[in-house]
Amino acid sequence: MLKAKNKLGLVFFPAFDWAISSTHPEREERLLYTQDQLFEEGIGDVEGIEFFNPAIANEKDIKRVHFCVPDVKSRVTQSHLISAGGVIKSLQMVMDKKVDKSFALTRPPGHHAQRVVYGDRGFCIVNMEAVAIEKIRQEYGNLRVAIIDTDCHHGDGTQDIYWNDKDTLLISFHQDGRTLYPGTGSIDEFGGPGGYGYNINIPLPPGTGEEGFLYVLDNIVMPILDDYKPDLIINSAGQDNHYTDPLTNMNFTAQGYAVLNHRLNPDVAVLEGGYSIEGALPYVNLGIILAMAGMDYSKVHEPDYDREKLKQSKDITEYIKKISNNVYSRWENRENLYIKDIKGMEYIQEQRQVYYDTDGIMESQVQNFKVCKKCSGVNTIDSRSDRRHHIFAITIPRDACSSCIDEGYKLYKNTANKYTNVYLQDRLNDEFLAK
Amino acid sequence: MIVGIDMGGTNIDGVIIEDGRIVKSIKKPTDRDNPFAAIYSTLKELLVDCDKSKIERINLSTTVSTNAIVENKTAPVGMIIQSGPGMTYDHLACGQENAFIKGYIDHRGNVVEELDISEIEDMAEKFTKEGIKACGIVTKFSTRNPQQEIYIRDILGDRFNTVTMGHTMSGKLNFPRRVYTSYLNCAVHSTFNDFAVNIKRALEKEGIDAPIFILKADGGTMTINSAEEKPVETILSGPAASFMGINALLPSDKDAILLDIGGTTTDIFFLADGIPLFEPLGIKIREYNTLVRSIYSLSVGLGGDSSIDIIDSNISIGPKREGKPYAFGGPKPTPTDAMITLELISYNEKHKDRANESMAELGEKLDLSVEETANLILETMGKMIKDKVDELLEEINSHPVYTIKELLYGKKLEPKLINVIGGPAKILAPILEKTLDLPCNYPSNYLVANAVGAALARPTMEITMHVDTSKKVLSVPELELYEKVSSRFNLEMAKEKALSLVRENAKSIGITSGNVDAEITEESSFNMVKGFYTSGKDIRVKAQIKPGLIEELRGDINA
Ligand SMILES: [Zn+2]
Ligand SMILES: [Zn+2]
Repeated sequence: MLKAKNKLGLVFFPAFDWAISSTHPEREERLLYTQDQLFEEGIGDVEGIEFFNPAIANEKDIKRVHFCVPDVKSRVTQSHLISAGGVIKSLQMVMDKKVDKSFALTRPPGHHAQRVVYGDRGFCIVNMEAVAIEKIRQEYGNLRVAIIDTDCHHGDGTQDIYWNDKDTLLISFHQDGRTLYPGTGSIDEFGGPGGYGYNINIPLPPGTGEEGFLYVLDNIVMPILDDYKPDLIINSAGQDNHYTDPLTNMNFTAQGYAVLNHRLNPDVAVLEGGYSIEGALPYVNLGIILAMAGMDYSKVHEPDYDREKLKQSKDITEYIKKISNNVYSRWENRENLYIKDIKGMEYIQEQRQVYYDTDGIMESQVQNFKVCKKCSGVNTIDSRSDRRHHIFAITIPRDACSSCIDEGYKLYKNTANKYTNVYLQDRLNDEFLAK
Repeated sequence: MIVGIDMGGTNIDGVIIEDGRIVKSIKKPTDRDNPFAAIYSTLKELLVDCDKSKIERINLSTTVSTNAIVENKTAPVGMIIQSGPGMTYDHLACGQENAFIKGYIDHRGNVVEELDISEIEDMAEKFTKEGIKACGIVTKFSTRNPQQEIYIRDILGDRFNTVTMGHTMSGKLNFPRRVYTSYLNCAVHSTFNDFAVNIKRALEKEGIDAPIFILKADGGTMTINSAEEKPVETILSGPAASFMGINALLPSDKDAILLDIGGTTTDIFFLADGIPLFEPLGIKIREYNTLVRSIYSLSVGLGGDSSIDIIDSNISIGPKREGKPYAFGGPKPTPTDAMITLELISYNEKHKDRANESMAELGEKLDLSVEETANLILETMGKMIKDKVDELLEEINSHPVYTIKELLYGKKLEPKLINVIGGPAKILAPILEKTLDLPCNYPSNYLVANAVGAALARPTMEITMHVDTSKKVLSVPELELYEKVSSRFNLEMAKEKALSLVRENAKSIGITSGNVDAEITEESSFNMVKGFYTSGKDIRVKAQIKPGLIEELRGDINA
């Protein structure tokens, strides 16, 4: 019988009875052929690979990360609580050492879900990884976590949530925002005052193939991880960089995803996007599973795989090298950049528009980060939607100093009457208020 | 009149059941080296003074195939395996020769790469040169499209005595299991067929023309002719006989724990609303995971004759049996000795003295009296069974599910009672009742339970239907059915078709009268989308005739 080198837990929950709509990419059928492939390969019979059901996240787990407007109940469905629960289960099993690694193949995805949630954007309402990480931190202490987002779309939700948190390093590589939804993810999006330098974007040109992705992995991601020394590495394993994906323009492959996971060696992988459900997902998921289990994935490839045809152009290779150099030197230089860009300021204010493409909602918000010498700094969001909500949200960070805690509660108490909803997220005491 | 025979590891049991009553039963030692002779002599003895013309059916549970596999006495097999891309395949090698061939079918049943015919010709020649007479052909995703398996079989022609195609073994997806199941089917083919021919001849000689059925691991039966084609289905039918026996003696329509406590082992089974719980994919024999449908059963090394030691001031029972109980001259104290000490089973003075002696020796280490020690042993036995049952229930109730509905509202197995048979059943029943806090039943007579189970087992079948309306293809691998359907085919039509297929085929599995109890066990229908438009439906349906009793036992089963 086949044996896995690493004990791998699979939370495979295809939610065969849930869809955004019957022809939407995020529909019942999405993981059907992945299931067929995994079943036919006999993955469940491999010694050391075990299937688990998801846990179910609760309202508090969501509030720890999101300001759902007006409330959690009206925004978040059972399917989201289960998908987040799948990631919670995956992290818990690794933390409890029940398995060496785990892979949450759950849906819907979550990496476009930001702190404020008016509705669905990029098929996401709840940020699954963030909800799971914050729960784990409550249970197991303040771990240093690195999230490597390999989805083709910029992980803008995860970026927003961990913008000001240097204990959560986010590295997102994605198709350049000038050519793809959601449009963000440029190199100079570098983090808030409390986490400046710990939000790393690597925008890649359309047509990037195996060579380019693995170049970025070897030359930026791995060296940064060596510096950062995380307790936990999570791969936000979106699979829409695949050459057959209907929504994107990249040339990545099942082999490439397998090699990437082999070298990255994440503790936990979480399925994000990926909508080539017949031509890519069955093979990409099989490749990731085998790589994580420490098994031979060399024979995994797509029916129409043609290495020569998928080779990236010389121009792309050169361009990626240039970008990589730039990103890495910014990382190495992050303390100087902090002094140059932030030091001496009391508050940093950021203004932006957020479009909820799935639900067609427009939001405009102003985030305000206190630059605090003792902690990451209390921060607020003043946000308005075109659905007549105007909210004020306050976050007291996990490492908050006493003056930031006081300031947070004072802000909550003395809010102006103009807001429809006011929220306080006290991450230090794990308490969440709303009025 | 129904004749049931169960050939176990140590004994052969036989019964005759007439109008729900056991009219005759016998028990004889098994002859492992000559199973046919053992069955034949049992049958002869059973049928003395019997009106043979009144026999409606003969149900046999036999270890012929099991023993051949376990004792490594199977025929050489050549395997032709097409694995395509995916996982590595070296570990799939089984049998004498393995050919890993070119070609490949994907998960939608599309042929991506064609066969290399000369490669197959060469392999066939190599196999035959080596004197191999059985050949298995398995391609990945052959249940989605069996075309290449069938083509290979056609190329082989009549070069082999038997050829097994993977897709005929099961409609379930699991390529490695399909390889092993096909291999084992080939490997036991000649052994089982020799046996079947002998049995048929012998019955003919005796002037019996009743149909013969063979018990399967799923608690159902198949005709001897089907068994000749799929002998692998006859493996490990022993636990199924015992399971059906418990159900015949102690019928239940609830969630229940079924126990068969013997001398060496305790077998644990479960009922869910009176329906047997099955292994999710199939049974395992030796190192081979198969797709042979089977009742979920777990055997623990805990029985009346298990040896007892004191480990860290605690009583430890089993898993080994090191001989007879101490009372009867064995080397170690056993639960049976505890029962003798407590005068719960019949004994003579000499036995009782020895039993007491063994209890005293244990008691000394535990600082307990002879009776206290004996009681503690039986309580420990109950506790060990409870712990195992709890562990299994937790495992069963956390089996993977794939829909929100099942995750939130899926059925959980919550046993309401215990039905137990076997030597110590009566004595342990009150202890189990207390330990597990559930009512516990035992029959007044269990001695030929396995033969009763075999006798009363009904034919079963399971089919797996897959419909792709964009391709307009309907398939049922178990029936070797692949046909065109309209693009408007839907789930309701699929369910109806599955049920009618089961009913149509009921005759071929030996259901000749009465209603066919066909049911749908799984159903799903997925909207398939190409681009942004629905291109068809992917429909999946499973239907079965579930295991059950031909008739209920009536009145006192003592015969
Ligand atoms: Zn994406
Ligand atoms: Zn502070």
